[in-house]
This record gives sequence, C-alpha cells and structure tokens, in this order.
Amino acid sequence: MTPEKSNRLAEDLLRPVLHTSRSFYIAVAIFSAIVLCGVATWGYQIYNGLGVTGDNWPVFWGFHETNFVFWIGISHAGTLISAILRIVNATWRRPVTRCAEVITAFALMIGAMFPLIHLGRPWLAWWLIPYPSERGIWPNYRSPLVWDFFAINTYLTASLLFLILPALPDFALIRDRASGWRKRVYGWLSMGWQGTPKQWHRLESAMHIMALAIIPIAISVHTIVSFDFSMAVVPMWHSTIFGPYFVAGAIFSGIAALIIVMALLRKLLHLEAYLLPLHFQNLGKLLLTMSLLWGYFVFNERLTIWYGNSPHEMNVFWSTQTGKYAPLFWAMVLFNFVIPFPLLTIKRIRSITATVIASIGVVIGMWLERFLIIVPSLSRKSTSYSWGSYTPQWPEIVILCSSFAAMALLYCLFSKFIPIISIWELKVGQHPQIKKAAKVQDAQAAGELV
Amino acid sequence: MTAIYGLYNSPHDAQVAFDRLRSAGISEGDITVMSSEPLEEYEFGSRDRKTVMPWIAVLGAVIGLTGAYLLTSLTQKAWAINTGGMPIVSTYTNLIIMFELTMLGAVFATVLTLLKTARLPSRLPKLYDPEISMGKILVGVSGADSESVRTALQSGNPEIIKTR
Repeated sequence: MTPEKSNRLAEDLLRPVLHTSRSFYIAVAIFSAIVLCGVATWGYQIYNGLGVTGDNWPVFWGFHETNFVFWIGISHAGTLISAILRIVNATWRRPVTRCAEVITAFALMIGAMFPLIHLGRPWLAWWLIPYPSERGIWPNYRSPLVWDFFAINTYLTASLLFLILPALPDFALIRDRASGWRKRVYGWLSMGWQGTPKQWHRLESAMHIMALAIIPIAISVHTIVSFDFSMAVVPMWHSTIFGPYFVAGAIFSGIAALIIVMALLRKLLHLEAYLLPLHFQNLGKLLLTMSLLWGYFVFNERLTIWYGNSPHEMNVFWSTQTGKYAPLFWAMVLFNFVIPFPLLTIKRIRSITATVIASIGVVIGMWLERFLIIVPSLSRKSTSYSWGSYTPQWPEIVILCSSFAAMALLYCLFSKFIPIISIWELKVGQHPQIKKAAKVQDAQAAGELV
Repeated sequence: MTAIYGLYNSPHDAQVAFDRLRSAGISEGDITVMSSEPLEEYEFGSRDRKTVMPWIAVLGAVIGLTGAYLLTSLTQKAWAINTGGMPIVSTYTNLIIMFELTMLGAVFATVLTLLKTARLPSRLPKLYDPEISMGKILVGVSGADSESVRTALQSGNPEIIKTR
C-alpha cells in the first residue's frame, strides 16, 4: 500500500477520534441522562429494598436476571466471533473484529452488574472473591453463582486484553499524528510501540493463542450461565440441553447486536467504504444459520417435555403455549424465526436494511426468550401451593432501559477515543497476496468456484 | 551514539536498502526496520519469527490449573461443609473453577510473554520517526554512520535520509 493510500485510510478512520461533532455531545448527554436515571433508580431500590420490584414469592427472579442472561448472551457477539474468524483466517473479518470485540467488553460489564443490582445488599458482593479472610471462610465452589463469578471475570479479562492488544499499533498511529494532551495520552497508551518486525510477529502470535483460548472460554461462560438454571430442580430447567441451547442463543443474539451496531456505525461515522454490503451479507448468513439452530433447540426442548408429559413440567409448558405467557412465546417465535427466515433466505430481499430489521427482531425475541425461561418456570413450581405470578415494576423497567443507554454511551465514548476499525489490520488486508486470497474466498462464497 | 536511517515509500525499496546494508557488512541484528503494518511477505519483515510463546502459554495454563486445584481442594478441606450430599472436595464442580483458571493462566502468560519479548512498555528509541505512521518504512542502523551505510540506504531510493 502506498503512503498516500495508507494516509487516506488512516485519516478516514481517525476522523471520529480527532474531530468531535456537536451530535456526539448531544448523544452523550442523552445517554448519560438515561444512565443517571437508572443509577438513581438503583439507589431508590437499595434504599427501599427489593420490595419495590415485581420480585415476590415464588418468583424471586424477574427482569434483573432476564437482563443478566440477555447481556451475557449479547457479549458472545464479539470476541467469540472475532476469534473464530481470526482462526479460520476469514479475510472479510478485518473491518468487523473490533466493532464486535467492543460489544463483548461492554455487554459483559453491563451483564455482570445485574446480579449486583439484584442483591439486596450489593456491598456484600465481595464475599464472592476468594481471599484468606480472618474468619477462614472461602466461597462455596459448588455454587453456580461462584462459577459465574469465575467464568465472567475470566471472559471479561481475556476479552479486554483481546481488544486492547491489537489497538496498540493504532494508538501509536494517533500518537504520531496528534499534538498536545492527545499526544501524551496516546503515547502512554501505545506503550512505546515502534512497529519492528519482532513486535508485529509477537503481537500476531499472541492474538492467535488468545483466539484459541477465548473460544472455549466463551462457550464455558454461557454454559455456566445456563447452569444457574439447569442445576435447580425446577420444571423445565433441569435439562441437559440447556448448555448448548444457551450458547446457541447467545451467539444468535450476539450476531444480531453486531449487525445493528455495524449499521449504526456505518451511517453515523460515514464508514460506507469500509463496512461493505458483503460484511452484512456474510453476517446475515451466520444469523440465518443461528436462527435455524435456535429453532432446532427450541423444538428439541419442547418436544421432549411434551412427550414426557410430566405434570409439573406440563403446567409450565402450557402456560407458555396457550396460557398467560403464550403471547410472549409466539412473539418470540415470530421475531426469532418467522421474520428473519424469509428476510435472510431470499437473496433478492437480503439487503442491509432487511438484515438490520431481522437483527432488531432477533434482539427483541432473544430478550423474550430469556424472560420465558426464567419467569414461567418460577411461577409454576412442582407443587401448586408454590404458584404465583410476576409483574415488573417501574424500577425494573427504568433499569432495563438504562442498560441499553449504558451500552450506547460506552460505545459512543469508545469510538471517540479508539478507532472502531483496526487500521493496521485493514492495511494488511490490502496486501496483494491477501487481496488475492480474499477475492478467491468471496468468489467461493458467491458459488462461482467449486 | 549516531543513528542513520532512510524512509522508504514502498516495502520493495526498503528490501533493497536492507539487502545492500547486509552486503555492506552490517549484521542483520544491527539493522532496524519499522513499519505501520506487518510486512511478512518481505524478507526484512519475516525476521524474528521464532517464538516460544505457545509453550509459555501452556506453562501458564499448567500453573493456573495447579493453582485452581490447590485453591479449591485446600480451602474446601479447611472449612469442611457438606453441601447437597456432595463430597467435601467435589471434583465435578471444582473442574469448572479449574478450567477457568487454567485458561486465565494461559492468557496471562501469553500477554506477559508478548510484553517481555516485544519490549513493551518502553520509551521510543532514537531510531524512530513519526513518518512511519504516515505509511513510510524506516530502515536504519545505530552507531554506524559511515559512507558505505549511507550509500546502501541511498540505493533503495529513499524519500529522505536522516541522522540523529
């Protein structure tokens, strides 16, 4: 790549970092206000107790746990997809990976907040940390909540490192172009990156090893989140299918979130030359695959329970098929399968807009799926004297909305300080050999080559 | 110590300068090359490829696994509580913690090896030019500002030759 081309590419991608528009401040102000409302509502909940939520006997898990599982699921968009694409050396991945990895980092942080929000006394959360206390008490390693603590923190740590390490060369790029405080800050962030062949080789080796490590970590995280449910003897929870079912659902919702975020970035940051229709096409195909897989898992789960005909489970089953929760269940099927299937299958209508519409549907559908896993089962436990109902209250709704605003706010701030597309990786994609390989891959994807 | 370097517009020109420097008797290890992207297709960009990083990652994983085994089993024995009819040291459930800390060990070992072998964090050396970030490729030598070095650098048709 000639220095002129290289410069143009860097200028395009560094524009959001080096120049701030008024709309950025407006967006940050709006999202910050919503987040502050959520924080204030949490304060109100702490002060008045969990009684202000809809949680009540026997349904002690409601919106907060739904949000927890939902956001941890969304986090599977990034690092996992990025790691898989890196390992299979998919050449089209280059503009996508960082957009995806950022989702993981922030979705994990937001998701991990919800068990704390649901704690009546969140200041005791540090009891989960294994440290030699004077009482000699250690966490109970047999508890799924402790497994969550270890799994989420491992995934968060690995994902943050996976996000930050390949950003070092881009920090160096900003360091060399900026002046004043920016030069100092990015000089510190780039850690003295010079771009010697040795540094490039070590960085690429490290990224490859971390990609290999992150795939099993990501799978373990959502399997362990599923264990929060499947380890309990509650109707429709105690199932061996829950691990893979949760992982598939997480990847499904994660890809949908990634497509929405990419479409927004493309429009707002004018990245049309980098986030191409091809990227949406390929991610749309992945989304379609996951939609089919999700449908397969739902059918398996439902058929086994229906065929088993256990009275306890059938109570929950019918409450979701024809009873109180049926509208939510069928809305979930509509959003996760019926709408995305034609939009993503028929080539003529599989445009960026159609892929984004399908993705918005999937995100809504997957939130409903998390709700339907948690609440109906707790409402219809094994004995009828422990039946009840759940109605969400305003604090839970405000906190749910503020979690989406928190995601948007964190993403805005990130794209302001760090190039949202990895510049050096994009440059590598322009090397003659790699461009040739990319053309072959694209042709194969289009069915032009056998 | 004086440093002399040339800034090149194309990797091909940088490779020519690199080859001429070697012909002029400068050892490969003394020649510095810097670029804003990895250029593995060229000989100068494929140096220093060998690394023990994967093995150190495995070692980190073993340390993580051992630490997790000791953490779970010793602490469970230290305060023996029977939970749900499970044994005091419950291997099945401990395997989850052991798996997570094994992977965490591998990740930390990888990152530490990267920082150590890539010499990060560090101060920018004398032989550095911000033009690298504008797409130029730097080829230079520290402490050998002789006519032969200058001629070798010139042979690659650099945009500019600088001394520091």
